[in-house]
Amino acid sequence: MDFLRPAGWEEALAAKAAHPTAVPIAGGTDVMVEINFDHRRPDHLLDLNRIGELHTWETDGPDIRLGAAVPYTRILEHLRSPLPGLALAAHTVGSPQIRNRGSVGGNLGAASPAGDCHPALLAAGAVVEAASVRGTRLIPVEEFYTGVKRNALAPDELIRAVRIRRATGPQQFSKVGTRNAMVIAVCAFGIALHPDTRTVRTGIGSAAPTPVRARAAEEFLAAELADAGCWDSGRPVAPSAARQFAELAAGACNPIDDVRGTAAYRRRAVAVMARRTLGWVWEAYRGGQGREALCA
Amino acid sequence: MRVNLTVNGRPRQADDVWEGESLLYVLRERLGLPGSKNACEQGECGSCTVRLDGVPVCACLVAAGQAEGREVVTVEGLAEPGSDELSVVQKAFVDAGAVQCGFCTPGLLVAADDLLRQNPEPTDADIREALSGNLCRCTGYEKILDAVRLAAARTGEAG
Repeated sequence: MDFLRPAGWEEALAAKAAHPTAVPIAGGTDVMVEINFDHRRPDHLLDLNRIGELHTWETDGPDIRLGAAVPYTRILEHLRSPLPGLALAAHTVGSPQIRNRGSVGGNLGAASPAGDCHPALLAAGAVVEAASVRGTRLIPVEEFYTGVKRNALAPDELIRAVRIRRATGPQQFSKVGTRNAMVIAVCAFGIALHPDTRTVRTGIGSAAPTPVRARAAEEFLAAELADAGCWDSGRPVAPSAARQFAELAAGACNPIDDVRGTAAYRRRAVAVMARRTLGWVWEAYRGGQGREALCA
Repeated sequence: MRVNLTVNGRPRQADDVWEGESLLYVLRERLGLPGSKNACEQGECGSCTVRLDGVPVCACLVAAGQAEGREVVTVEGLAEPGSDELSVVQKAFVDAGAVQCGFCTPGLLVAADDLLRQNPEPTDADIREALSGNLCRCTGYEKILDAVRLAAARTGEAG
């Protein structure tokens, strides 16, 4: 095994081009587990810890450009306001020790269907910045997940950053597990209201081979809210509409039975989380948080 | 490969380090610092918690090469160098009876020490969250919570 330690981004891209099978390592919270347990013996480890720009973020534009290796702890400390859904999801990752090392870029690189960030990224709207010596590609996060622990990166590409839409309304995240800390999600659900476009977006984790949006549920709810004039009036979402939204969310799942839970349980739990989180975000919107943003 | 790092304030060097080796292995097996414990090797138990550049991390999940040039503080570095006195947190663990088999203790000490550095007057919820990555299979945690409260109270008095 070789340990590659590029001092800068260009050098990292050159190293990845020269050694396409090199495994990038930032926080190590996934990669080191695989090495410790002898599940993986890469020819090269590509250490990204020394590349400063991967650990910074930019908040100037309509998107937050989040460096791939920014630890979850920094997101909790600095980005709760523009990225509320991601901050909620980040808070459920592992433990303080894990949040001090793990990052959104790592979650995307691992592409586990159970990764905590994915539902929040899908709901907020995000684009992955994939870079190589050939240039930079922008991959919508929906298209980034290609299978269980597989993603759209080419062998010579590294994740430079994730561009996440700044919240214009309330966002929520919910996760089912056996305790609060150190839990791999049985399933998870993210929701974001986008009052600026009068749309709703969702993300489901750990209930299909990849993280997915519940598009039918999103479209149904957006139509319901528009037809009933809810965006303007702030009226509560009709219980029948919330139930239908929940059922459509469960319908977007394609889960399996495994050690953490059964497929039937996951479908049911996603429906419950969808209904609850919709209640929470709509209450927040009615309470003014979302509508202020709309009028601002 | 060779790894140079600062451990508990002293420059140290480890040779013949395998590239896939963890910082934990380097500390325990190459630098003679067995205080950090090796248990789950997957970041679940927190018994290998150390401060890396001032931030608590699981040493089992840091590749040795990533520690090059960095500063590491282990449980062996919590007390004043050259002093026979335990640190405030260590003393509180002893006085509160927060130690049974002792295997989880070093990780809990580093995590609790860091909590009190960041937040000298933690609420119970703060303590539970700060220690949520450290498993103890003996105590049921109550005495550990007592110990952290005691350490916080003593730090407050001293301050």
